[in-house]
Amino acid sequence: MQARPDRASTPLLAVEDLHVSYGGVPALYGLSFEVHAGEVVALVGANGAGKSTTLRAISGLIPPDSGSIRLDDRQLNRMPPHAIAALGIAHVPEGRRIFSRLSVLQNLLLGSYARTARSTEQQTLEEVLTLFPRLRERLHQPAGTLSGGEQQMLAIGRGLMLRPRLLMLDEPSLGLAPLIVEGIFDVVRTLSASGMTILLIEQNVQETLMLAHRAYVLQVGQIVATGAGVDLLQSDLVRRAYLGL
Amino acid sequence: MDATIVQAVLSGALIGMIYALIAAGLSLIFGLMEIVNFAHGEFLMLAMFSSFWMWELWRLDPLASLPITAALMFGVGVLTNRLLVMRVLNAPALAQIFATFGLGLFLRASAQYLWTADFRAIQDPFLSRVAGGRIALGRDVFIGVPQLVAAVIAAVAFALLGLLIRRTRLGLALQAVAEDRSTAALMGIPAGRMFDLGWGIAAACVGIAGAVLASFYYIYPSVGVTFALLAYIIVALGGFGSITGALIAGIMVGLVEIVAPLLLGIPPAYKYALVFTLYLLVVLVRPQGLFGRY
Ligand SMILES: Nc1ncnc2c1ncn2[C@@H]1O[C@H](COP(=O)(O)OP(=O)(O)O)[C@@H](O)[C@H]1O
Ligand SMILES: [Mg+2]
Repeated sequence: MQARPDRASTPLLAVEDLHVSYGGVPALYGLSFEVHAGEVVALVGANGAGKSTTLRAISGLIPPDSGSIRLDDRQLNRMPPHAIAALGIAHVPEGRRIFSRLSVLQNLLLGSYARTARSTEQQTLEEVLTLFPRLRERLHQPAGTLSGGEQQMLAIGRGLMLRPRLLMLDEPSLGLAPLIVEGIFDVVRTLSASGMTILLIEQNVQETLMLAHRAYVLQVGQIVATGAGVDLLQSDLVRRAYLGL
Repeated sequence: MDATIVQAVLSGALIGMIYALIAAGLSLIFGLMEIVNFAHGEFLMLAMFSSFWMWELWRLDPLASLPITAALMFGVGVLTNRLLVMRVLNAPALAQIFATFGLGLFLRASAQYLWTADFRAIQDPFLSRVAGGRIALGRDVFIGVPQLVAAVIAAVAFALLGLLIRRTRLGLALQAVAEDRSTAALMGIPAGRMFDLGWGIAAACVGIAGAVLASFYYIYPSVGVTFALLAYIIVALGGFGSITGALIAGIMVGLVEIVAPLLLGIPPAYKYALVFTLYLLVVLVRPQGLFGRY
């Protein structure tokens, strides 16, 4: 467990009273939370609680019904996703969503499509390939031919190519073998140690709460508990009611 | 080999290049948005009239006005996307079909109203005067200079299109949007702008095809109908969304259309029946077309 970063400053990301619905059916009912620079913040909760929806609203894929999403002091609601990405929010979506017909290298270069990331592209690429040596070996292979674990590395690497101010990971360990899952958690720890701000969604609750500075527990579109990861892990209420531990 | 056959193979391959360029535009739009442009033939007609009027009004040769026609058609493509296609992007397939089909009817009817249904031709364009308009490749084998130059220009346009898609960042973004537009948006790629670009490039390809055809083909409001029909066949044959497929299928169709009647001793009037037969044969064996993904 690392020391909690300084939280006196204004948050990097502030979500307030967020309401989102799909075709009139509400999915988020007044969600509020914040992420400070340098923090790893986890969103945990059962399937269907609204974790992915929260990330989609932040990255602009679904316009919120009401509420506010701010990066620094900039209002993000109603901004199109490509403009939000250009501000430095990298969303590594659930299910990886790599471009399977394109090569590994092409996928990575798409990650740095935003103008702000272009000037440092070669250097970032080198860093990403150092973090994921497997990708270097497969650089010119179609991404669709990679194994599940490699595809996840590619999805994270593609997100890192943006040199993001906020990295949002949606269930990066989903469907992967235990050994590979360990590798993914190692990567998250490495990134966190290097100062990356991370908003993490994971089913692997115990390990997630151990590495997150803070966590929010979601239930049916609302936050029902919050606190330091380790504290939540020890709270009987949270353990029994929401985490199934 | 018989000189007539050699002649037919050459003519077929040359016209096939132009078919391929027309079909490439159709395939690009489909690959990008899964929308079929049923006004594609009318885009070709507009491009031919653009060449015609620049010649008629300002005595600009179709070859000289080609860049203008291509640019005008790029604009027509972008406008079509902005004003029409984006509005039906999330509508049912039938609404999308009616939108572009309706646009095609509207353009054809407007052309008839404005410019009458007369057949027009550009008299003595520059290319028909170069080397007497045709080059002898042997005894009894000739190729027309306009046809040859048209095919060369189509090939160059095709090569540039391939370079743009495969070798530039913009092309990479187009491919990303074609595969998964919402994930592409997460990369900072504006899908709407890429759709504009795709429509613009597709219409510019048709624009170039129309400009080169204008040197040796009649120009009238429904001139695009047959070309469009062939383009749909070529796209289905080559595989929806495949540019390479459009190139190979385009040349195949050009060859079948001109060579097969000769070999089989069938009157040229039945050439489209042969093209359809080729299409049916390929689609029975490979329903996704030669290079298709769908
Ligand atoms: N594309 C969609 N269309 C309609 N409803 C959706 C869609 N995606 C998610 N939902 C609904 O929104 C709620 C939250 O889903 P989601 O954010 O995916 O949950 P989680 O990521 O926590 O598993 C669920 O009730 C789910 O059924
Ligand atoms: Mg989810």
